[in-house]
Amino acid sequence: MYSQQVIDHFNNPRNQGRMENPDGVGKVGNPVCGDVMYIYIKVKDDVIQDISWETMGCAAAIATSSMISELAKGKTLDEAEKITRGDVADALQGLPSVKMHCSNLAADGLRKAIEDYRNRRGMA
Amino acid sequence: MRQVYLDHSATSAVDPRVIEVMMPFFDVRYGNASSLHTMGQEANRALEDARKTVAQKLHCTPEEIIFTSGGTESNNAAFKGAAFTRLRKGKKGHIITSTIEHDCVLNTCQWLESLGFSVTYLPVDNYGLVSPESLEDAITGDTILVSIMHANNEIGTIQDIRELAHIAHERDVLFHTDAVQSVTKVPVDVQEIGVDLLSVSSHKIHGPKGVGCLYVKKGTTVDPLLHGGGHEKGFRSGTENIPGIVGFSEALAIGEEERPREMPRIERLRDELIDGVSIIENSWLNGHPKRRLPINAHFCFRFIEGESLVLRLSGKGIYASTGSACSSKSLKPSHVLLAIGLPPEDAHSSLRLTLGRDNTEGDIQYTLKVLPEVVTDLRKISPFKASFQE
Ligand SMILES: Cc1ncc(COP(=O)(O)O)c(C=O)c1O
Repeated sequence: MYSQQVIDHFNNPRNQGRMENPDGVGKVGNPVCGDVMYIYIKVKDDVIQDISWETMGCAAAIATSSMISELAKGKTLDEAEKITRGDVADALQGLPSVKMHCSNLAADGLRKAIEDYRNRRGMA
Repeated sequence: MRQVYLDHSATSAVDPRVIEVMMPFFDVRYGNASSLHTMGQEANRALEDARKTVAQKLHCTPEEIIFTSGGTESNNAAFKGAAFTRLRKGKKGHIITSTIEHDCVLNTCQWLESLGFSVTYLPVDNYGLVSPESLEDAITGDTILVSIMHANNEIGTIQDIRELAHIAHERDVLFHTDAVQSVTKVPVDVQEIGVDLLSVSSHKIHGPKGVGCLYVKKGTTVDPLLHGGGHEKGFRSGTENIPGIVGFSEALAIGEEERPREMPRIERLRDELIDGVSIIENSWLNGHPKRRLPINAHFCFRFIEGESLVLRLSGKGIYASTGSACSSKSLKPSHVLLAIGLPPEDAHSSLRLTLGRDNTEGDIQYTLKVLPEVVTDLRKISPFKASFQE
């Protein structure tokens, strides 16, 4: 059902953890649906210096959180913002079709974290 | 790595003794039970011996046993058979069941509703029990069938079928029960509980897949699902699956003979599991504390999601299942867990562990070592640590 990449990120999640004093936080999902994702970013000179996350959810939700943290780290905000759900799924060698909608929240979470950063900076 | 199978309510290993009695019927005694010649008659004798065994174990007569392809077919045959009989008289009717039945019952009911039958789905309490009063109130002059499952496949709750069947019979309504999960786990005596129809499946009792039976009490009219050569006294046409039926009857015989010894052993292991899990914070047992299958333990672990839990456990060789939406095709949390009043966020965090013949003390020790570690790991990843408000 899941690709090897999904299972690897699910079993060995990258950049996992809560961040102290993040510059932006994106919260997506809903406990009622079973998937909730918090994405934390630290930004310097418009570049994502650090990113971490906390997720309650299925293997796909955890793997996409882990994957987006790898995809976004070191990217400029403008680049990171353009990462799509499809990009995350592709990087994971695909997701089961039922999971494409509900659990593939990481790209949305990252965009929200960037939006939160810009709001805090009065740049929105 | 140690492998611990704790998913016996999903399916079970075929007992080696069962395989042994099945084998000759594939390539040596492979006759068609309808053939006149010696090989056919030999097959027919095996078929009728199996029927006798099954009847004896369920406490009925051989004529009352119809072999089917398993639990799904038996349940379909009971519901649709009762409905077809009614339709043949040019009428629709009313059916009563519960909100926690297996999908093969609920989806059959929905389909019958689309044909114009009406269905009442009786609610259950927080333990998963149907109240006799609610059944009494639901029966109308138009009710043709009441069906309440004996033991629930998720939370393991066992209903008082005898009392419920009695209520239906007082109003002259047929009573069916889905005993797929209860047979060989607890006593099932069709006369004692007084049902008209009862479904059994072989693969849940260490028999082969794709076979089972429907008990149809003498004098009960339900039309057949399958028309053809008139097998099973016209109730279920199709050349009989002799190896499967022989295996099923052997599995039932072994299960019943060993139940008095085996189930107390399994129940002790199960209780050890429940006690060991109860020390994990923010977790609890679902279902009834006492009126439950001896093989069933069902928990919620707040702040984590069931599919993740099952997959992490699987990575450690422990095989379990969950009622989480993320693991289902429909992406809805288990209807059973919602019916007992769990909010969806808790239904997502459920874990079902169902024990069987092959489990040992060592399996439970291993599970009690691994499970708390996996729960802790997943909670570390979760944004929620103490409440959903964070
Ligand atoms: C309560 C219950 N009824 C019916 C069935 C269906 O049985 P089978 O798999 O033999 O079709 C199952 C098994 O999934 C079950 O647990």
